[in-house]
Amino acid sequence: MKILEIKNLRKSFDSLEVLSGVSLEVNEGQVVAVIGPSGSGKSTLLRCATFLETIDSGELIYLGEKAATTGPEGKAVYAHPADLRRIRHYVGLVFQNFNLFPHFSVIKNVTDALITVQKKDREEALAIGRELLAKMGLSDKENAYPYQLSGGQQQRVSIARALALKPKILFFDEPTSALDPELTGEILKVIRQLAEEKMTMVIVTHEMGFARDVADHVIFLNEGVIVEEGPPAAVLDNPQNERTKAFLNRFEH
Amino acid sequence: MAFSLLVVKLAEGLLVAIAIFALTLLFSLPLGLLVAFGRMSKNFLLRNIVKFYISIMRGTPLVLQLMVVYFGPYYLFRIPLGYSYRFVATIIGFSLNYAAYFAEIYRGGILSMPAGQYEAAQVLGYNKTQTFVRIIFPQVVRRILPAVTNEVITLVKDTSLAFAISVGEMFTTAKAIAAAQSNMLPFIVAGVFYYLFNSVVAFATEAVEKRLSYYQ
Ligand SMILES: Nc1ncnc2c1ncn2[C@@H]1O[C@H](COP(=O)(O)OP(=O)(O)O)[C@@H](O)[C@H]1O
Ligand SMILES: [Mg+2]
Repeated sequence: MKILEIKNLRKSFDSLEVLSGVSLEVNEGQVVAVIGPSGSGKSTLLRCATFLETIDSGELIYLGEKAATTGPEGKAVYAHPADLRRIRHYVGLVFQNFNLFPHFSVIKNVTDALITVQKKDREEALAIGRELLAKMGLSDKENAYPYQLSGGQQQRVSIARALALKPKILFFDEPTSALDPELTGEILKVIRQLAEEKMTMVIVTHEMGFARDVADHVIFLNEGVIVEEGPPAAVLDNPQNERTKAFLNRFEH
Repeated sequence: MAFSLLVVKLAEGLLVAIAIFALTLLFSLPLGLLVAFGRMSKNFLLRNIVKFYISIMRGTPLVLQLMVVYFGPYYLFRIPLGYSYRFVATIIGFSLNYAAYFAEIYRGGILSMPAGQYEAAQVLGYNKTQTFVRIIFPQVVRRILPAVTNEVITLVKDTSLAFAISVGEMFTTAKAIAAAQSNMLPFIVAGVFYYLFNSVVAFATEAVEKRLSYYQ
């Protein structure tokens, strides 16, 4: 089943076109890695897909439900608010700098949306939260506050927070970029585990080894255009496009 | 006048000062938040009206504002308001004035919140109200507490300005007794009372700050 279809997405900031017709499909259980140079539009693509930015034109479809389509004047038209609210719940996002809620304890960070947004009762939310924290190896941090945790632990809390809402697809924007190198491993391990559990994911990353390992499909984005895509072995080990080659060369050394 | 009687008279004035203080906070803290919303509104007209209101409140003396609130209804509209209106006028004047100051503090706090907090809440499905109530406002309170504390301490001393419209708060009383007896003592006792009042307020605000410092 197709979880996400993006068709011909365009997005500009003022006069600067950041995404120039990006199309992408993600099937259930698939892991897509998005790579590309800084400023190529990777974050913007994720922010459009997670409704943090409105797209200018193109289509955004989750589980066959149209979140945004191109209207008669060529401009994007979003679904009715009620439909959009439902569709938004399919989507989770893990930020580069976590964006945890500093005034909430770890367990509250994970459970508050369950209670406030999904109206689950406290006990149920707590059970879900505790199970996820256990899975993230953070059971002993339940009552800690984010500032008391290492970057890697904070990122695991933010992954638990996103997973608590049972998204159909989870986006990661450079989940290890804000971490000290020795802490990236613990995050990659968690994501790898999610991949084994067939969680549908789109991951922006600069960790080429990790992308090769965990992704089914790699997309190389350059100046707002997908210039090359395919299985990791093809894109990462045998790139055809000159820009892909040049980009990957920088990671060799 | 016996010293004990002086203390009793001034203590009565102190109670009035405390009433002005408490009622002003009660009204101006929530009103300030509304004013801050108005100041940040997308509506051009509303935003600028509120901006003008704030600049008037901050750009003219509080004493003058009290006069306007007290005498305005009669001078402008010939609405006769009795002696008891003095106290009400004081509360109205103080609340309008402090709301303007608090509004700017709230606004600064709200604008200082990183966009990531809004974005995280949005992706988790919080609506605008939930985001503000659960995520943004508690952090804003924490951030603005030192600035609010400053204003609250100032308010203790500002209560004495009510003498301008002859409300019988402590300073008014002290001044009357001192004048009648050519004696410094009422001022000294009043000063001690203000100081004690402020110490209690400082202690309370410190306790609140401590309570809210459970995260960094
Ligand atoms: N809110 C914004 N306003 C204006 N320009 C932006 C905004 N967000 C991103 N951009 C610009 O869009 C381009 C792509 O940014 P981004 O998607 O963050 O790239 P990447 O994540 O691949 O590094 C950059 O040139 C960036 O400066
Ligand atoms: Mg980015």
